[in-house]
Amino acid sequence: MEPRIDRSPEVADEIKTTTCYMCACRCGIRVFLKDGQVRYIEGNRDHPVNKGVLCGKGSAGIMQHYAPSRLTAPLKRVGERGSGDYEEISWDEALALATDWLGTTRSKDPSRLAFFTGRDQSQSLTGWWASQFGTPNFAAHGGFCSVNMAAAGLYTFGGSFWEFGEPDWDRTEYFLLFGVAEDHASNPIKMGLGKLKERGVKVTAINPVRSGYGAIADEWVGIKPGTDGLFVAALIHELFEMRAIDLDYLVRYTNAPWLVIQSQGSADDGLFARDEEGNPLVHDTSTDALASGLLADVKPSLSGEFELADGRRAVPVFQLLAERFGSGAYAPDRVAAQTGLEADVIRRIARELAEAAFEKEVVLDIPWTDWAGRRHEKMIGRPVSMHAMRGISAHSNGFNTCRLIHLLQIILGSIDCPGGFRYKPPFPKAIPPHLKPAGKLGSVQPDTPLAGAPLGFVEGPEDLLVDEAGDPLRIDKAYSWDAPVAAHGLMHMVLNNAAKQDPYGLDVLFMYMANMSWNSSMNVQGVLDYLTAKDDNGDYKIPKIIYSDAYFSEMVPYADLILPDTTYLERWDCISLLDRPISEPDGPADSIRQPVVKPDRDVRPFQDVLIDLGGRLGLPGFTNEDGSAKYPGGYPDYIVNHERTPGVGPLAGWRGEDGSQYGKGAVNPDQLERYIENGCFNTHHLPDGQRFFKHANADYLEWAKSVGFIGSTEPIVFQLYSEPLQKFRLAAQGHGDIQPPDHHRRRIDMFFDPLPFWYAPFEGAMLEDGDYPLHAITQRPMHMYHSWGSQNAWLRQITAQNKLFMNREMAKELEIRDDDWVWIYSHIGRVKAQVALMEGVNSSTVWTWNAIGKRKGAWALDDDAPEATRGFLLNHLISELLPERDGGYRYSNSDPITGQAAWYDLRVRIEKADGDTADESLPRFEPLRRPNAPVTPDTLTFGSQFREGAQ
Amino acid sequence: MHPAYSVIFFTTASGAGYGLLCLIAGAILFDAVPRSTSFGLVVFALALGLVTAGLLSSTAHLGRPERAWRAFSQWRTSWLSREGVMAVITYVPAGLLALSWSFGGGGDSATALERVLAVLAILGSLVTLYCTGMIYASLKTIRHWHLGIVPINYIIFGVMTGAIAFLFLLNLFGVAGEGYVWVTSLLIAVGLVAKFLYWTKVDAAPPVSTAGNATGLGHLGKVRPFEAAHARRNFVMREMGYTVARKHVARLRNIVFLLAFGLPLLGVLLGLVGGTIAALFGSFFALVTAAVGIFVERWLFFAEAEHVVTTYYGAEAA
Amino acid sequence: MTSLPQTTEKKLGLVIDLDTCVGCQACVTSCKEWNTGGYSAPLSDQDPYGADPHGTWLNRVHAYEIGEGARSQAVHFPRSCLHCEEPDCVTVCPTGASYKRAEDGIVLVNPDTCIGCKLCSWACPYGAREYDYEVGVMRKCTLCVDRIYNENLPEEDRVPACVRACPTGARHFGDTGDPESDVSKLVAERGGYDLMPEMGYKPQNKYLPPRPRQNMKPAAPVEEAQRAPTTAGSALERLFSWADQQLSR
Repeated sequence: MEPRIDRSPEVADEIKTTTCYMCACRCGIRVFLKDGQVRYIEGNRDHPVNKGVLCGKGSAGIMQHYAPSRLTAPLKRVGERGSGDYEEISWDEALALATDWLGTTRSKDPSRLAFFTGRDQSQSLTGWWASQFGTPNFAAHGGFCSVNMAAAGLYTFGGSFWEFGEPDWDRTEYFLLFGVAEDHASNPIKMGLGKLKERGVKVTAINPVRSGYGAIADEWVGIKPGTDGLFVAALIHELFEMRAIDLDYLVRYTNAPWLVIQSQGSADDGLFARDEEGNPLVHDTSTDALASGLLADVKPSLSGEFELADGRRAVPVFQLLAERFGSGAYAPDRVAAQTGLEADVIRRIARELAEAAFEKEVVLDIPWTDWAGRRHEKMIGRPVSMHAMRGISAHSNGFNTCRLIHLLQIILGSIDCPGGFRYKPPFPKAIPPHLKPAGKLGSVQPDTPLAGAPLGFVEGPEDLLVDEAGDPLRIDKAYSWDAPVAAHGLMHMVLNNAAKQDPYGLDVLFMYMANMSWNSSMNVQGVLDYLTAKDDNGDYKIPKIIYSDAYFSEMVPYADLILPDTTYLERWDCISLLDRPISEPDGPADSIRQPVVKPDRDVRPFQDVLIDLGGRLGLPGFTNEDGSAKYPGGYPDYIVNHERTPGVGPLAGWRGEDGSQYGKGAVNPDQLERYIENGCFNTHHLPDGQRFFKHANADYLEWAKSVGFIGSTEPIVFQLYSEPLQKFRLAAQGHGDIQPPDHHRRRIDMFFDPLPFWYAPFEGAMLEDGDYPLHAITQRPMHMYHSWGSQNAWLRQITAQNKLFMNREMAKELEIRDDDWVWIYSHIGRVKAQVALMEGVNSSTVWTWNAIGKRKGAWALDDDAPEATRGFLLNHLISELLPERDGGYRYSNSDPITGQAAWYDLRVRIEKADGDTADESLPRFEPLRRPNAPVTPDTLTFGSQFREGAQ
Repeated sequence: MHPAYSVIFFTTASGAGYGLLCLIAGAILFDAVPRSTSFGLVVFALALGLVTAGLLSSTAHLGRPERAWRAFSQWRTSWLSREGVMAVITYVPAGLLALSWSFGGGGDSATALERVLAVLAILGSLVTLYCTGMIYASLKTIRHWHLGIVPINYIIFGVMTGAIAFLFLLNLFGVAGEGYVWVTSLLIAVGLVAKFLYWTKVDAAPPVSTAGNATGLGHLGKVRPFEAAHARRNFVMREMGYTVARKHVARLRNIVFLLAFGLPLLGVLLGLVGGTIAALFGSFFALVTAAVGIFVERWLFFAEAEHVVTTYYGAEAA
Repeated sequence: MTSLPQTTEKKLGLVIDLDTCVGCQACVTSCKEWNTGGYSAPLSDQDPYGADPHGTWLNRVHAYEIGEGARSQAVHFPRSCLHCEEPDCVTVCPTGASYKRAEDGIVLVNPDTCIGCKLCSWACPYGAREYDYEVGVMRKCTLCVDRIYNENLPEEDRVPACVRACPTGARHFGDTGDPESDVSKLVAERGGYDLMPEMGYKPQNKYLPPRPRQNMKPAAPVEEAQRAPTTAGSALERLFSWADQQLSR
């Protein structure tokens, strides 16, 4: 007799939908609740992001939610910074203290507050709060994440990868994946790869390391870090050679035919020739005359030199492009050695791209109307698609490399066509989006909101945030000559600059969810010094630090006031189209989080606290005219009732009093209810005729304007040649009112090339090759995200120690074997780590899993946890500044255009740690102490309560 | 395989116990030992005590010892269950024989009933030992164990250690004869040969599986672990992934030859050349060294055993 | 109950696609999450925040590299109970706690009668059984027997948690004994195979091998035919003469 088993046990008392926060992917989840506890979390089948699946992180959410590292009450520092001496205080006291510090600062000089949020998913609120406060010093973590990616895309074709667009997984015939992508856009890419595998589509992975997605790729191209741009340029060269270029597409949708003034030494050299209305000019072959390039009925030339009305000469962008890429400079044979690839491989991949694009054309029988009102019966696409993320982005040449990738996509005619790379609304946007950074000289005033948003897109030197001397106005030097196109700010430079009081000192540093004293910083020891640096009076150089986090991270002990946040299952949130959207190519989407369980600790959601503080400080956006708080109900109140512009609020769905409107409409008091009824998200499905060619699709543009995504129905013309960049170059060459200080001129002139190009990453180029012959890079394991994974009792069972992965052949030369301990030297220090050998890594590259190494005492782990004793960070080796050279100005270790932290530029040397035989990683820091630290259990039997309950 | 001391103690002790039971029962069967209450009590107490201690010790290996009684139910398929059942059954003739022979009075010659009980006790002991051996020998996953010789060895080593113990007790009670010395020596020699044969077989046996086979991917090339499935050793690694260095194996094998067979043989043979005291001490010495030797042998039996599952964890073959 | 059923009505199992698995661990943690509160509750964890964190899991994903150098490849390899047709792990069980269900072929451990002797784990070549150090019983994949028939779940969710979670669709669930089932067809089409067939356990789970990599043929130089019609002039001039067709916006 088989035992009788209950095949249909009750699995939940209640199932609540909400949005995952185990990474930045923001999947829809269904949380099973039993006896008031979280029993199970699964993906929501209806949700646009994950369509039911859930990754390894999301499925371990329970352990995150119940982690002993959770903070339990507000804390006030009573000892020295870093000492861990705190006292628990009440929320009343905490908020009064914060209000006092912030209010004083605001009345004196709002820019002496720096408000930086890390893994923030409420940037439309936090940014708005900063601007209401009046400080330009706001950004999230994009500056050390992927601003190169976002900026290059938005300055080239009005979109980008990930949240901005994705491959047409159902139709693409070739997929090129650049760099590490495993830890972001986690589920959509996995689901997409699954589809490609099912259809037998070739996947090519360009990555120095073969792991994760690369493992299932048909071809792994183990390129040298930082040379992807060279590889892409060689592909472009080959496509020019093969004439595998979609000229029709270039003429229709790009500025390829626009004429560029050729007048060396003039103030408008290299700018577009324009007519009196400011329209860019082309040469119309049908009339052999100049005409506005925006007209529909021109037949523009792509090459030739044409005379302008003033007698000067101008050439089409295409000609400049062809001269750059058609010549031999980027020929595969020329780039092979530098990229570490065989020229034949590059040539073959170019052929495969051409074959997929031009011989596997995708035709959909969907009529549509283009921007000029012309009806097309079919949608015809070139089914080649690509994806890139931080592997491209986190290099000092990342902006240009990413521009090269987009150029490759565009010359193949594969942007927003069937089978190609598709925008996710609200993208495409104008190139660049019409939103300039606020905080210009003289505009920051006491007790006054900022005139606009702190972050935006500069179109020329006139938009920079610099003073008369050309020095930065922002604490992170964003939008200065250091990093003119710093669209996401430079969070990685804030502590450095603030402690050095360069460009000025701060009164209050306010941070949220950013582990800046550990794995989110370059040069950890330096950052710890900055956090604890004191002036001659014995006062901290960064006088006040307020920090909000849900967990006892390495950052917590360095703050003066800690505002404990909730876990993601205890909070309201809003994934807004005003922020980083979760849309699909077939329509925009947004979503909410709702609290599915109540906090059992004295913690509050950070956004509630921020709104509360806004009211207490009397910030205009957060108070009524009588001075009372505008959103007494906290974040949910704000989500429903806040209007950024009339009719446009944080959520686009179910607007209007009866909930019948989308995008624009009056406040709907039942909006959150409607979201919850729908599974905590809203998707708007575009009609078939609007699904592709959105940049030039009349119906789409019309609709997008009506809901406020874009400001005009003009087609969005891809900027292969970027005029804003040329404007900066002209300034560096001595033109215009706003010019860089002399020490910046050479750099701006060199790197602000209006056409994309490749240059060697800075750190490697500045160091003697022989001293640091190896590249060192990192990636996060797919099942972990940032530092969060290690406090998770389940996830850390999968990875609790990181090793330094080396190529087996290379290790043989160095006489290094598996599990040996080695010293990794960079130009600023050394780290001791244990080695693991592998085949699938470029032979001049070493790598490791990021953010596994932990400081003792953090994250509620025991002091002898492998994360602390054997794990390590490469962050100790990455300088936040470029190597010193001849005593000149030291730039940050960043992309010269966007300021993106170039932490993948790291160069190292490996030596066997023969003298040091202890089985432990170095450097070691004093263990952190936590007040009222919880006693962590020796054994977990989570789930036994549900079984007992069932019996 | 992880050598669990409770299991090692169990098989060593109960092996000796059943061996001793066989010897006393055999001696009774063939009227080769004078009937004596005290001797009977001591011998049977030791035999059944060793068996019982071993069995009890084995429950220390269980996660839920309070449920151990359930182990008697699956004798149709499970050698472990059969072992349990046989162990219990064997108590019956052994116990009755002990009572009858120790307290039943009568002459030196065994009664017919005692002879029947003796035969049953011997059969029960041998079958129990065989079952114990078969627990290991039935496992296809471990080539060091999945051998016909394994249960035979369990029987041989049990009887051998039992015989040494019996010889010691005979000496203690001053009733040992030269025949016992020869029988014991013969058993030790057989044990030595058996162990030698076992190691010869094991060393020659090809691996059951390889990493290529385990993953089914060997046709693509050499399969090497890249990232482990978990950070620390899990149960499978702790239980099945135990390894002992090759050089230690060689040394330990020599120790087994010496302790389990060589020295005991010398000790036993001392009974032929020395007086009764020498014989007593010799057999005691033999008993102690054999016990230690078999304990090491049993430890090595586990430690040397390679489980095929290790091929998922980096072993090229097992 | 350790005698195996003569036949089973179904042979339910997983079909795991090694060509598609990226090693994301979704199946691993979703399995842990479901089962630590389900039929096998709990799956305990030892030293969860300490030096030696380890616990009971029913599914693990290994990563392997195969071959050397540029010709090598990487494979992620999920490993759980294969629900064999003739599993020794069942027959060695002294208590009957381990058994194979006649209805669907699922191999289960009854947590209420298991004595924790660990012998079944010795008998399993696949490392599918893990001992729960806290509870003292053996745990193994239940194929989510408390999901796949569960009338409290919507019908489409009546699949094992790992299958439900898998983002790449590398895991399939069905009756591998029915040649007409979707999974059997997949196995036939893709050359699905058994792990360690030499053991003779006849797994009901099957593995689909990595597909041959595409387009690894050596590159040929660009064929002249693909270049522009040969006209006089430099390479760039020829390019421009090709490009300057009558193109309209």
